[in-house]
Amino acid sequence: MKKCLIVDDSRIIRRVASKIFHELGFEPEEAENGKKALDASRIRMPDVAVVDWDMPVMDGLKFLEGLRKLPGGENAIVIFCTAENEVPKIQEALDAGANEYIMKPFDSEIVRSKLTILGAID
Amino acid sequence: MHPDDFEFVARLLKDRSGLVLTRDKGYLVENRLMPLVRQRRMKGINDVIAGLRAGEASLTDSVVDAMMAKDTAFFRDWKPFEHFRTVVLPNLIAQRGTKKTFRVLCAGVSTGQEAYSLAIIMREYGRALAGWKAEIVGVDISAASIATAQLALYSQFDVQRGLPIRLLLKHFKKRDESWSLNGDIQGMVGFMRWNLMDDLFPLGRFDVILCRNVLVYNDLQTKFNVLQKLARVAADDGVLYVGRNEPLTGVSSSFKVVNPDLGVYTVTRAEKATTRSLADAT
Repeated sequence: MKKCLIVDDSRIIRRVASKIFHELGFEPEEAENGKKALDASRIRMPDVAVVDWDMPVMDGLKFLEGLRKLPGGENAIVIFCTAENEVPKIQEALDAGANEYIMKPFDSEIVRSKLTILGAID
Repeated sequence: MHPDDFEFVARLLKDRSGLVLTRDKGYLVENRLMPLVRQRRMKGINDVIAGLRAGEASLTDSVVDAMMAKDTAFFRDWKPFEHFRTVVLPNLIAQRGTKKTFRVLCAGVSTGQEAYSLAIIMREYGRALAGWKAEIVGVDISAASIATAQLALYSQFDVQRGLPIRLLLKHFKKRDESWSLNGDIQGMVGFMRWNLMDDLFPLGRFDVILCRNVLVYNDLQTKFNVLQKLARVAADDGVLYVGRNEPLTGVSSSFKVVNPDLGVYTVTRAEKATTRSLADAT
């Protein structure tokens, strides 16, 4: 089963995202900030990481930077999932190496379509 | 809703649009018509029924409009659009190279997302289509949907359903909390209100037809009739895309399946059996 790492400081968002990814056939794992997510990635590299932007301890961009340096980290699909919906912010995340971007609020159809685009699900 | 009233509305919808409502769908009628009741400052559904029975044309149009399913998305299901990009578009370029023109019909286009997805694919295709005249026509029975399609202004939810983020940034401008499609893509698609149960000949001939998830709520006879009309306006080597969950086997012999998983069909014309379809992989 593919692993999805959900990185968000909101427990509610993590729960909602976990439920959606579980229903899409993923094994969800949760982390409340970028640092914990990096630790989890060192133990088992996620197939997909869904990452918030602003988080305490380590934000989403720093996590992305660290993840790409880990063995196998360059192949992980990283989807930013954040309330930031201004074009410069979205562009910044893409320039930093994010594969896709979801603007909150989101629903299962948005997640499903993004994963289909990325070839992570059929 | 009184059973007689439901029967009356169901018959009217069937006659006007081919939509089939089973008796358990009374709640659906009430749910979809309540906004109309408020908009027209009526007292309730009974006023709508009375207006329909009196033959009020504008109200009848509004009721048909309100009852139509409008669910759609950019690049809906993704893979059929990849098929268009990787198989059909190269075939069009190879087989229409003399006239450098082709036409696409989006039948039941709703609010325009699938038609604009094709336009984006063509724009992204680049120089291979330079100098070509590629026309996309979107038709729908719903005047409200056509108006939305022409406006090309979509909510944050709409643009996230199926549209890759890079294409969003490239082809849309953010306007407050909505996203407006750029004029160059908008200009590639023409929309008009059209009932698929009517004659389609005035629309001209089409090389590619999308009629995806449009006929799912119609009965077998209506499906057959519409597919016959679509076959008549399709090029001999034309392609038809339907929804992946609406197989045409046993519905129409006008089209033969190319890829059932993607809902890709091609025109069946006995006398042109040797014609290579635009849907055939090279």
